Amino acid sequence: MEPILIAKGVTKRFGGLVAVNNLDFTIERGSIASVIGPNGAGKTTFFNCITGFYTPEEGKIIFDGREIQGLTPDRVTRMGIARTYQNIRLFSNMTALENIMVGRHPLMRHQWWDAILHTRRYKREEQEALEAARRLLNFVGLQGLGDQLARNLPYGAQRRLEIARALASEPKLLLLDEPTAGMNPQETSEMIRFIRHLRDELGLSILLIEHDMKVVMTISEKIAVMDFGKKIAEGKPEEIQRNPRVIEAYLGRGAASGIGKATATA
Amino acid sequence: MDSQNTFWKSAVKNGLLAGAIGLYSTLVGLVQAFNKRAVIEQLSLGHITLLLSWGVVAYVFLNHHRESESKGKLIAAGALVGGLGAFLVALLPMTAQWVDYHFVFVHAGPEMYSLLTFGKGPWLGSAMLVAVGALWGILIALVVSLPTFWRDSVVKAFLITITVGLLSDLFTGMTIGWMFQPFLGVEGLNILGAVLVFGLSIAYDYWSAHRKPKESAEAVATEPAGVTKSQLRRMVVGALALVVVAGLPLLLGSYLSHVLNMVGLYTIMGLGLNIVVGYAGLLDLGYVAFFALGAYTMGLLTSTGPLGIAHWTFWEAVPFSILVAMVAGILLGVPVLRMRGDYLAIVTLGFGEIIRILALSNWLKPLIGGAQGILLIPKPPLFGFKIQTPIHFYYLILVGIGIAAFVAYRLRESRLGRAWMAMREDEDVAEAMGIDLVVTKLTAFAFGASFSGLAGAIFASYVGSIFPHSFNLLISINVLSLIIVGGVGSMPGVFVGSLALVGLPELLREFAEYRMLIYGLSLIAMMLLKPEGFWPEPIRKRELREEVGD
Repeated sequence: MEPILIAKGVTKRFGGLVAVNNLDFTIERGSIASVIGPNGAGKTTFFNCITGFYTPEEGKIIFDGREIQGLTPDRVTRMGIARTYQNIRLFSNMTALENIMVGRHPLMRHQWWDAILHTRRYKREEQEALEAARRLLNFVGLQGLGDQLARNLPYGAQRRLEIARALASEPKLLLLDEPTAGMNPQETSEMIRFIRHLRDELGLSILLIEHDMKVVMTISEKIAVMDFGKKIAEGKPEEIQRNPRVIEAYLGRGAASGIGKATATA
Repeated sequence: MDSQNTFWKSAVKNGLLAGAIGLYSTLVGLVQAFNKRAVIEQLSLGHITLLLSWGVVAYVFLNHHRESESKGKLIAAGALVGGLGAFLVALLPMTAQWVDYHFVFVHAGPEMYSLLTFGKGPWLGSAMLVAVGALWGILIALVVSLPTFWRDSVVKAFLITITVGLLSDLFTGMTIGWMFQPFLGVEGLNILGAVLVFGLSIAYDYWSAHRKPKESAEAVATEPAGVTKSQLRRMVVGALALVVVAGLPLLLGSYLSHVLNMVGLYTIMGLGLNIVVGYAGLLDLGYVAFFALGAYTMGLLTSTGPLGIAHWTFWEAVPFSILVAMVAGILLGVPVLRMRGDYLAIVTLGFGEIIRILALSNWLKPLIGGAQGILLIPKPPLFGFKIQTPIHFYYLILVGIGIAAFVAYRLRESRLGRAWMAMREDEDVAEAMGIDLVVTKLTAFAFGASFSGLAGAIFASYVGSIFPHSFNLLISINVLSLIIVGGVGSMPGVFVGSLALVGLPELLREFAEYRMLIYGLSLIAMMLLKPEGFWPEPIRKRELREEVGD
């Protein structure tokens, strides 16, 4: 089967800075892939190119057989890509349930006149959306917190709510930007289990950006390593761990990214 | 020892502050102007302004030290703050024979001095004023040292009594005004009325504080089947409210109905701007433009004067007023799609001014009358009957509010409404959730504008003639302020805001000169004390309840 996402020669420049440089990357259907690299390596920029927030200057991004580079973010989402953010970005003054219902926006069709007249379509879609939102709330383990404002939820719950919101659009590919940032070891291992569960239960393909080496090495089937906008290595976790260029990229500049520990203990 | 010194030092400081505020309100003429309005018997609003300027400072200061200082010391400090505040004000009449204050402060003069000294001459009168200040300070200290519940209750009752006294015209203006006569003086409340209002307020507080536990227990024990008690209660309350709303203008009489009509028109506009600002988070400062477009469309299409082009009736023209405003909303929306926050505000501000200046211009004068405006706009006919008096219009405007509120509410509970709110919270993320920002923004502008167009159409027909100067920037600011005061994004808040910012100033017309001062002060106080608004948007609870639409 063809890969869910193929990036070919993707390049994104900001003035003189080449944030993503001629990047090739593919994600197989139903797999968990990761992009790692030191701070400022261009991982999030690559994410933003996929989701349509940035338009790459060169290269192609093919999602599910169609080219998506240059599309606006809302259209990319409607094609089946959903994402979360590194620094949680929920709709903080809306309830958890409403957040998820916003996520379902692309699957709903009713227009303003349906809403004013309460047509059948409106009622059916709203009922479905509400039920789907409740289901997702349970799925991510937030039952009972649906009527809380998003900003009042504890940190870990906010992370999971963000994932629930992303899942609400029933995506084929889920992009997670540092899903375990700021979590303690126990929360982190829960999140690892949860991400696996996502893939196994929902058959999603998942692309991760992650700093925590333990997470990356545990759940990824494939890892790409970026440095200065370029892909310097790609392969299975074991291969990446042994790759001298990767170790250099991390340790050479003395970045306190944790890979030192991870490779030392590995 | 040190902390003792600081306490007295800060008491003196607060006394000086109280005096400064008192002096300021006296010198700008506030006290004198307000003196014309009696609130409770002989006590005028001018007196109350002075008392409040000392009282608020003393209250805040004493309340801060409530826990740490003894009662005796609080009383002494209260007397000091109040007395010192009064003394600073009393300096005016005392030194008036040597200093010509009138040279700088036009309001200063014998009339003001006599007011401050109770007409007893500079020395005796000033001594009396200081004594009043000190006694007032002691009274406040006594209130502050009451238990929390009683303290709050007394303060609230005091403020309510003043408000009722101030608005007692409301009662005399009513068609059933005679019922209130025993409690009213020539102007304002009499002693009996004041005591009654004060007592009722405290009694209500006491009652509501002591019944709360029972009600929450009731709420916990939910009844599963049939019409529950709370549902029944809601239905009864709703029916009662409907009767009151329908009967209100008959009770209130013509003038007060007119005031309510203005409140109503602002409510319709507020509901519209609430969609743009409250839901979608797009700061629009040119909202009056759509009001003007609605009014001018109505004027042109219906006027029986020389400028009328169609001689339609109100009902035929209303859809066009709304449509024109809506289209204008979209046209304005297109160029500002990429703008955010401050930039958007500036551009919309400009748009509002452009429309007003166009209306004023000589260029369009042959079409829409320039500064002379459009005259002879007929009243709406209704089955052979004519909607004419303010009381008639009350019902028309009520229907308008009903439609606007209905549409706003239903939109809010839809995919579009959630998209608006998501956009308000975070535009980038909203787009990443699959929300088409172009469509979502333009619909917000279009709906907001259409409500304003409806209000403009009714307004044109209501006043019968429209002029460009009726559509100035102040209306945009007013509508925005009332949304903020009521609670951004909250529909009941819009109504509360219009009552507070349109209704109240209308009733206090004689203070027109100081309207903006009071307006500004209350907005600042509001933002500091209750930034979420008087009636913030309630959180919708729907995780565990089965309800979608009706």
